[in-house]
Amino acid sequence: MSFLPYAVAAWLFVIGLWGVVSSRNLVRTVLSLTVVQSSTYLLLLGVGYRSKGQAPIVADIPTTSKLVDPVVQVLVLTDIVIEATVTALLLALVVQAHKRFKSVDPDDLRPLRD
Amino acid sequence: MSRVVRLGLFVVAGCGLATVLVIGFTGLPDFGGAHELVGSVTNLTEPTLRHATDVVTALNFDIRAFDTLGEEFILFVSVSGVALLLRHLRDEEEDVDTTPGIEEHRFSGASDGLKLVSLVLIPLILAFGAYLVFHGQLTPGGGFQGGVVLAAGPISILLAGRYLSMKRVAPGRLLEAADSLGAAAYAMVGLGGLIFAGIYLKNFLPLGFSGHLLSSGEMPLNSVAVGLEVSGAFLLTWTEFLDQTMIGPPSGSAGE
Amino acid sequence: MTVLQIIALVLVALGGAAVVLTPEPLRQTMVLGIYGIALTLLFMVFQAPDVALSEIVVTGIGLPLIILAALRKIRQQEDQHRARAGEREEAK
Repeated sequence: MSFLPYAVAAWLFVIGLWGVVSSRNLVRTVLSLTVVQSSTYLLLLGVGYRSKGQAPIVADIPTTSKLVDPVVQVLVLTDIVIEATVTALLLALVVQAHKRFKSVDPDDLRPLRD
Repeated sequence: MSRVVRLGLFVVAGCGLATVLVIGFTGLPDFGGAHELVGSVTNLTEPTLRHATDVVTALNFDIRAFDTLGEEFILFVSVSGVALLLRHLRDEEEDVDTTPGIEEHRFSGASDGLKLVSLVLIPLILAFGAYLVFHGQLTPGGGFQGGVVLAAGPISILLAGRYLSMKRVAPGRLLEAADSLGAAAYAMVGLGGLIFAGIYLKNFLPLGFSGHLLSSGEMPLNSVAVGLEVSGAFLLTWTEFLDQTMIGPPSGSAGE
Repeated sequence: MTVLQIIALVLVALGGAAVVLTPEPLRQTMVLGIYGIALTLLFMVFQAPDVALSEIVVTGIGLPLIILAALRKIRQQEDQHRARAGEREEAK
């Protein structure tokens, strides 16, 4: 049972990739990429967890109590906000592609010189 | 290659990838048994060294401040990319200034309840966002979370049905200035560390008492700079996207 | 591993599958919002309140607005293309 977080992370990664590969709409591709990103958050937090550890805020608990690892939380925290902006950039590309090719189907996109 | 062949190839490759991932993950320490040295040492020493009660924010804005500088500039660059793509798109269309009938674009679908609640919530949202930004080193919060909440304030004006009023409150130039100012202020605080303490981004301001609002040296300054930048970046992204849809030449489906 | 953590992990696994398998982008945005709440619950039971705050703020405010604005712009462009194709048909 202690393997469950890693199994869920692997499951989210593979099913997110399935969504990217098999979607007929470019917006759905971008949204499936969000699921792939969340699998990495789960993996990082799962690696840093300590059993019976508490949140790393020492405002009202003694400093020597058992806390979970704070370094991985820093990585995930900034990552969540940055990936939202990168998703915005991808959606701007989708809007531009739709204007150029008049379709959001990835099979309809062709090189520009056609 | 046809779609069926592509999907079949992915199923085979996906099973292989899943197997490799699971085999790799069994080599990790058991869930709950992590014993990294850096995390434990940071938890024990940080409150005495930096007088901040939130270890995560202290790592973010002080001990690992250089990584946050890099991530902040990733955000800046991607927002510049969005602005570049969508403004080029807008210039290709007809001139919107001469199109008649675009005075005050309203949400015709917004009920009175939505308008009232949105207007009432604006000061609450702004106050909560400012609280999150300033209390980063004491409780969960910080520049990133507080910045996104601060950006939601002017968006509530949009939900209340008046897009052009939002443009008057948060015009494009002000948002660009806030975004760039936040990014530059973070780098300037680092320069202060270089000038006064000899190392870029070293904490050079007095550390204060643990638990007070103005404690932990440069952490509140960094938090405010990042909050300014994140809120400016999100509002700029939203107005770039919404500019396309709200002020455009009236097409067949312009009435909503 | 507490019972709450196991429940949160199962919810996240189901939510991820639901996001990928929804057919329309508009519905997918709503399911993404619910998936964000499940992720926030997961981060809270993993003792990471900063991360949970960041996740709920971004998935509740940031992402849906961007996606809905992009979807609306695409629909507006489709109407423009159809109108221009119609004009070209009449001109022939």
